[in-house]
Amino acid sequence: MQEVKATMAGSVWKITVKPGEVVEEDQDIVILESMKMEIPIGAEDDGTVKEIKVAEGDFVNEGDVIAIIE
Amino acid sequence: MSYVEDLQNRIANIEKGGLEKYHQKNKEKGKLFVRERLELLFDEGMDIEDAFFANCMDDSLPSDGVVTGIGKINGQSVCVMANDSTVKAGSWGKRTVEKILRIQETAMKLEIPILYLVDSAGARITDQIEMFPGRRGAGRIFHNQIKLSGRVPQICLLFGPSAAGGAYIPAFCDIVIMVDGNASMYLGSPRMAEKVIGEKVSLEEMGGAKMHCSVSGVGDVLVKSEEAAISYSRNYLSYFPANFRENPKSMEAKDIQSFEKSITDLIPENQNAPFNMHDLIKQIIDEDSFCEIKKRFAKELITGLARIDGKTVGIIANQPKMKGGVLFHDSADKSAKFVQLCDAFNIPLLFLVDVPGFMIGTKVERAGIIRHGAKMLATMSEATVPKISVIVRKAYGAGLYAMAGPAFEPDCCIALPSAQIAVMGPEAAVNAVYANKIAELPEEERPAFIKEKQDEYKDNIDIYRLASEMVIDAVIEPEKLREELTRRFAIYETKNLNFTERKHGVYPV
Repeated sequence: MQEVKATMAGSVWKITVKPGEVVEEDQDIVILESMKMEIPIGAEDDGTVKEIKVAEGDFVNEGDVIAIIE
Repeated sequence: MSYVEDLQNRIANIEKGGLEKYHQKNKEKGKLFVRERLELLFDEGMDIEDAFFANCMDDSLPSDGVVTGIGKINGQSVCVMANDSTVKAGSWGKRTVEKILRIQETAMKLEIPILYLVDSAGARITDQIEMFPGRRGAGRIFHNQIKLSGRVPQICLLFGPSAAGGAYIPAFCDIVIMVDGNASMYLGSPRMAEKVIGEKVSLEEMGGAKMHCSVSGVGDVLVKSEEAAISYSRNYLSYFPANFRENPKSMEAKDIQSFEKSITDLIPENQNAPFNMHDLIKQIIDEDSFCEIKKRFAKELITGLARIDGKTVGIIANQPKMKGGVLFHDSADKSAKFVQLCDAFNIPLLFLVDVPGFMIGTKVERAGIIRHGAKMLATMSEATVPKISVIVRKAYGAGLYAMAGPAFEPDCCIALPSAQIAVMGPEAAVNAVYANKIAELPEEERPAFIKEKQDEYKDNIDIYRLASEMVIDAVIEPEKLREELTRRFAIYETKNLNFTERKHGVYPV
């Protein structure tokens, strides 16, 4: 199981996967918007998305868990 | 037994190092014997070894647990100190320390690089009075390292633990290469942490190679094996001169790797969209010449040595793919050390700029981003080697300053046509200036108004306007960037500058 975490503070701009979806290493899970930049947050390993813990528009802090991948 | 036979016997015994069981233990961990490491490190073995007989009256302490000598790497003589962890876990006694001091002093006299092959449990508590507090005690090792810093390259290869005071040897080196799984650094062991402060933690978590190379930044390069560590260090040294008085040696020039996508195609038009700066770097440097430093730490900034037309350059590049390329306290710190490293050894600097600015928010303010950012600016500003700043895309706010912007005396600041220089981006600027006005407008009129103001703003910061004001020295076609850099670095070679008159600055550390 891996926790996908926010690499920096920002708001959730787009969620690019759904629970149950199979993802590959480095595939974008969500795209944050911070400092006016698009910040893609990718999976660290191959797996299946178990849970998305945020909604579009949410503020996340650095280190907050965004999704869980199995 | 003749004198000669006696000598030969003694040598054979000492060369074997510690007891067989310790050799076996090391082998199980994938660790090589110290003399095998040195065999791999040098072009053709060690040329000189001194104090081989140190502590030879005690059979249990061959060479007193450390090998010191001189050999060649890429044809250049270098000094080496290498712990022998089969001898009392590589711990330091009085003679161990004296041997280390002497090889450092040799490096200082000969002005040649020094490598520290560290694998040591730390001080021998039983010998503390002889090796810890005095004028020729262990503290002197660090004093010597500090003196050597910037004079000759100092490299640390960490094969095992580097504990307590010993952990400062890596800290004072230019670069620390750590073997994953075996290398560690810590001031107090996990056992001590539990006893003294009540924390329960594993060694790997607290002071492991991965942690140090990705979180603390005390480690620079994470490798999978000792062989990989040795080969990295040999390659790394090929970019450096023997000391600060000389220039790095040129190598045969190579073409760039061939690519399907041109630089123009690589860079997204949308300033806010990410792209991989590594792809751009590959298109301007000699093929396979990138030696990245701190690859896993503060990834929003790329630092590494490379060659352009066979000549060494140090590259500092924003990475829009990671954290939007925004500068953080850790990236500032990473840049500061790398710039100092290059400046110390006459390695020209190339800044590739695509930066939205420094990070803002509570978290980074509490981490002291202002002083870390100031440190980045200070080291860059003081660097007197040739400096070229290339504005690839955006250069906003203090980001422009930190990346060798025009005010910091780069030899030139050149821009690609995609460049945009401003205090802040159009979205943020319009928001800052017209926030009240936007709020007063009926909602349906807002998007059009915002677009109009953003377009006005974009015209105002147009790159040709900045070229017209001579803020930048040239606008270059992306596909001609490598040629431009080759010519400019060749011309700037004769640069000779003294930054200013003083003892030294007061660093914003």
